[in-house]
Amino acid sequence: MKIPEQDFFEKITFRDALRLAMYDEMKDDKNVIILGEDVAKYGGAYGATKNLLEQFGSDRVIDTPISEPTIVGTAIGAAMTGLKPIAELMYVDFFGMSMDQIGNQSAKIRYMFGGQISVPMVIRTQGGTGRSGGAQHSQSLESWIMYIPGLYLVMPSNPNDAYHLLRDSLQTNTPTVFIEHKLLYNFEGPLDKKNKVQFGKANILNEGNSISIIAYSRMTNFAVEAAKKLKEENISAEIIDLRTLNPLDKNTIINSVKKTRHALVLSEGHYTTGVASEITSIIFENCFKVLKKPVIRYTAEDTPVPVAPNLEKNYVPTVDRIVDYAKKIIT
Amino acid sequence: MNSKSNTNLQDLYTTMKRIRVFEERVAELFVRGETAGSMLHLSIGEELGPACVTKAMIDGDTFTTHHRGHGIFLARGGDPDKMMAEIAGKKDGYCKGKGGSMHIADMSLGHLGANAIVGGGIPTVVGAALSYKYLNKKNVSIAFFGDGAMQQGILYESMNMAALWKLPVVFCCINNQYGMGTKIDDAVAVKDFSLRAKSFGLECLHVNHLDAEKAYTDIKEIVDNTRNNKPSFIEVECYRFYGHARKDKSPYRNEDEEIENRKLDPIAFAKENILTQNILNEEEIKSIDMTVDKEMDVSMNYAINSPLNVESEIFTDVYDKSYTIESVDSRINNILKNK
Ligand SMILES: Cc1ncc(C[n+]2csc(CCOP(=O)(O)OP(=O)(O)O)c2C)c(N)n1
Ligand SMILES: [Mg+2]
Repeated sequence: MKIPEQDFFEKITFRDALRLAMYDEMKDDKNVIILGEDVAKYGGAYGATKNLLEQFGSDRVIDTPISEPTIVGTAIGAAMTGLKPIAELMYVDFFGMSMDQIGNQSAKIRYMFGGQISVPMVIRTQGGTGRSGGAQHSQSLESWIMYIPGLYLVMPSNPNDAYHLLRDSLQTNTPTVFIEHKLLYNFEGPLDKKNKVQFGKANILNEGNSISIIAYSRMTNFAVEAAKKLKEENISAEIIDLRTLNPLDKNTIINSVKKTRHALVLSEGHYTTGVASEITSIIFENCFKVLKKPVIRYTAEDTPVPVAPNLEKNYVPTVDRIVDYAKKIIT
Repeated sequence: MNSKSNTNLQDLYTTMKRIRVFEERVAELFVRGETAGSMLHLSIGEELGPACVTKAMIDGDTFTTHHRGHGIFLARGGDPDKMMAEIAGKKDGYCKGKGGSMHIADMSLGHLGANAIVGGGIPTVVGAALSYKYLNKKNVSIAFFGDGAMQQGILYESMNMAALWKLPVVFCCINNQYGMGTKIDDAVAVKDFSLRAKSFGLECLHVNHLDAEKAYTDIKEIVDNTRNNKPSFIEVECYRFYGHARKDKSPYRNEDEEIENRKLDPIAFAKENILTQNILNEEEIKSIDMTVDKEMDVSMNYAINSPLNVESEIFTDVYDKSYTIESVDSRINNILKNK
């Protein structure tokens, strides 16, 4: 497949938007390289790096052995010496083995060494449920990253954001973890290369007055679906897509809840100590006086992810139940 | 009936055939839309290693496998009905449909777990062997993994500890030449894996032929030796006949390579030997094949007809039974009730 050159796409997949972002970034900066398992010849397990090998050659698009800690560690070393690596971890679950390099090394280097050096790298990875990948291939581990000072964390929900935020991630001069949802790769939407996204700013997708629904990644799209159903019942929900979890755009969240006085926080991570817990407490801390009901976090269950499709489906939030809870919150 | 008795070769043939047909049926189950997801890694073309190594195991031996573990477990006595039901994500599966293809296991058969993390199950066998040595058992614990796992650091930590503590561990690499789309030549600078294992102090065996009977004899010898606390490394070379998952095509490798390498068929080789050695005749082999076909058809249908599991199963098996997990729904409703 050829890589298209135009600036505007009425419709493009999330996957192709990511591919374009890497392509454009690599064209503009010859020090950007990609390394990871099956990123070159295979084109990435989910196809995001397809054809980049042909475009940029094997010095810049590098297949690695199955050695996750060293994939991340190599990116760190390269980033410290002049390159801008994009390291791909095929599944977010492989944080399990690479966490030393991510958390103890990349996140700490600038601080420990008194600001002498930065680590301008991106870890692209993929997570979430929906393909019966089971307990070790379906997790949502963003809270592991959000917990560690020194790492940016990006989780886009649509092609336009994915394109711009991936390019921005490479410009931050800070190790950035970019997590894609495995069911979003085929998700389509417009892309306007000129219509930049502000890194660290949440997006209000749907203005409303009755309830604020705060989401990110795939859950944003669930929220949008739910908002349509709520609208049929004359309930106007405001949808906030966080886009980046660190930096986190607290102001947009707080301002919205001050207006609607009701909040529902969505996440595909676990209920306990998840991203949703953090956002929920921020709302309580800042909107306590205006809240008409407790803030509700609707998340995946506090259990590992089951394989059976019928169990997996209801293990995470569903559109119908988002609608149901939103109605219960405002009545 | 048999002109010459050689039950080993006949057994090995039957085992390999059962693996192949089982995997064919898994592929069919997928096409029929009856599997839980599509992460189904088949052992077609790789039957020799699983058949020979498991035949060298005795009661009480344990093992872990990689994600491509159907064949190994079937050969070690796994019930194809329950395996297939697990692959379908159904209630009657080995793990109640919660584990799926990549996590089939039956602890009562010594299967300490199939793993979806490349290399993830390797240190488990070091621990199992530590326990056998401590408990004075004559058992071994065997880690099965692919050539891809040869590039995981955890393997070398495990090899070193097994050698240092002289544990009855067998590290068994099923080298099918590929890790997903990456050919082994693109993953390692030196392909002679035994060199690595030797340098840690392990006994080594490299099987790179199709003669299952000979492979079994050699493997049995090294596994028996391992029982005397002499940890070992076995590499079995083979070729992954189809794509990384299901019976997918592999656009990253050329078709001539596939055609050439699919000729390296351990089942066809075993069949020929059975015939030339007059162990069985064509008719008798056909009757084995038909029995296997029927067995695996029954398993496939068993999986299709097995019921779905109930939703409350999401919450079981996380902790011990005394601990109940409250669903998110119940938490939310309680909060909203309190106002
Ligand atoms: C730690 C880890 N990294 C990557 C993967 C993704 N993955 C699944 S199978 C596979 C290839 C494994 O190759 P090999 O070990 O040779 O086993 P084979 O599939 O060839 O049987 C990869 C990269 C994984 N599951 N776990
Ligand atoms: Mg392999």
